[in-house]
Amino acid sequence: MSGLRILVPVKRVIDYAVKPRVNKAQTAVETAGVKHSMNPFDELSIEESVRIREKKSYPNGVEDIIAFTAGPPKSADILRTAMAMGADRSIHVEVKDGEEIEPLGVAKLLKAVVDKEKINMVFLGKQSIDDDAGQTGQMLAGLLGWSQATQASNVSFDGDGKGVIVEKEVDGGVETVKGQLPMVVTTDLRLNEPRYASLPNIMKAKKKKIEKISAGDLGVDIARRLKTIKVIEPPPRKGGGKVEDVDEKNTEDSFEDSSDKLKFLSLRIIFQVGLPQFSKILTAKF
Amino acid sequence: MIPRAGHSVLRQARCQLRTRGGLAPVASLSALSRLLSSLAVLEQRDGKLNHGSLGAVTAAQKLGGSITAFIAGGNIKAVAEEAAKVMGIEKIISVENAAYDKGLPENYAPLLVENIKKGGYTHIIAGHTAFGKSLMPRVAALLDVQQISDITGIEDEKTFVRPIYAGNAIATVESSDETKIITIRGTAFPAAGAEGGSASIEDGVDPKAESISEWISEDLAKSDRPDLATAGRVVSGGRGLKSKEEFDRIMLPLADALGAAVGASRAAVDSGYADNSLQVGQTGKVVAPQLYLCAGISGAIQHLAGMKDSKVIAAINKDADAPIFQVADVGLVGDLFEKVPELTEKLKQ
Repeated sequence: MSGLRILVPVKRVIDYAVKPRVNKAQTAVETAGVKHSMNPFDELSIEESVRIREKKSYPNGVEDIIAFTAGPPKSADILRTAMAMGADRSIHVEVKDGEEIEPLGVAKLLKAVVDKEKINMVFLGKQSIDDDAGQTGQMLAGLLGWSQATQASNVSFDGDGKGVIVEKEVDGGVETVKGQLPMVVTTDLRLNEPRYASLPNIMKAKKKKIEKISAGDLGVDIARRLKTIKVIEPPPRKGGGKVEDVDEKNTEDSFEDSSDKLKFLSLRIIFQVGLPQFSKILTAKF
Repeated sequence: MIPRAGHSVLRQARCQLRTRGGLAPVASLSALSRLLSSLAVLEQRDGKLNHGSLGAVTAAQKLGGSITAFIAGGNIKAVAEEAAKVMGIEKIISVENAAYDKGLPENYAPLLVENIKKGGYTHIIAGHTAFGKSLMPRVAALLDVQQISDITGIEDEKTFVRPIYAGNAIATVESSDETKIITIRGTAFPAAGAEGGSASIEDGVDPKAESISEWISEDLAKSDRPDLATAGRVVSGGRGLKSKEEFDRIMLPLADALGAAVGASRAAVDSGYADNSLQVGQTGKVVAPQLYLCAGISGAIQHLAGMKDSKVIAAINKDADAPIFQVADVGLVGDLFEKVPELTEKLKQ
């Protein structure tokens, strides 16, 4: 039984702390001159791969950790970050600025890379924080016919080097499943805390290799299936203002006849904390 | 309903003409006869229908056309009969096999694909829940379809509205796939009425695919309070609560006084004040209750993504400049350790 050959897809996205703005033409989110960084969930994937190697938690060791991205030329920056964190080398499918590949297209690219590089484990983030689709990992597992575990908060291995035990975050708690290698795992926030790349490692990463290939080289059609008609800002909420005291007597009575009990209850609590002058804003809302 | 179906036929026809102009007329004629038909994928747990998953039926009703529902698991008969009463469903496809009880995507996806192919549905709809999120993209890949995730609106049978960038932008997208695979945001599509329908129940095809993974165990937070994702009222605590003991002491009585579900910010969850499953935000649950009352939450954009569609937002925070006050309908500036118990007392009166 050979060691793990891990593929870690990473995506360059607008930094999570930046509030995105829709462009004037309402066709997309403004990306020019906006700070970008690695999708936070992808950092967890790199970290987990490197930890498996460092902690020798897989009995046959880790042979290779390959970071992958499909994106514009600037995406090379986040591949460097991934390699500074511990990935051995990178593959970059370059596309033009502003061109977005859909999850299905990315999954097909990844399948081709998995075949080419004889990968037996893929760690992906559970979703990218730009498109919020949450599809690529599951699609890849489907295309490959592999086991999948989504939203992993803990990953461990059987002694025989075949079984992978994954704790998953599900609605209402945690679920544990056991998959078989080769396998696709998507990472959730509680899996680990990604390290910062140290300066020496950043320098070393500059010597690591980034292989550039095109979708055509991999024989994959990445034509889009979804057309974006428009992108708008969500309607802004209007803050209702602040009050100083919990115990302001109110105009509750005027809502006594409301047939919607729930609505009334909401109002009641609001009015118990609120001043009468806010009643106007609130009545406008119902 | 009828004019709507007519429109969809026209649209289909136009679409066919545009993309496949070269095909023989017979091909486009058969496309003409292919009316809109939706498959709503329902969820069950331990032989009980998950009523939250009936939002898929509501979404199918908005599309128009015939509605079939799909359900699978061991001892599925009772669940199928319960689903048959749901308003709006014409037919239930049920597959009885305990192998599907836990919804493992490795065998559930091939099962669903077989039944989709057999039924020739135009739209496959599931909730954007842990089950739907894990299963549907795998199904989409097997059918070579680009899924549309977490939609909040339907414009027509191929145009859908979905939030992107943690809800900071709303995109309208048009699908060119013949089959549309969609997951819906539960808060945007309330569950269809559980009574009043009379659907027929049919056995589905069971390809009996082996699952290459197995379910080991689960550890679900037990609570008598309403489910966070569907509750009408939610009270939510943040880092300002300082400890798990204080979180429980301050927030739980308030929740009980209101009959509300309990939520938490990521900061509170990461600090161990509350369980992971209570997290509200981009990476946790998205809620849209009638009332969202939060205490000790500053209002980071990732948190707002999970709650800003609430009807009324009330916030208690000692920092008058906290961003939460920009979205709150009513904000109370003050120490939550004083104000929340005071509020709880008043609510009990």
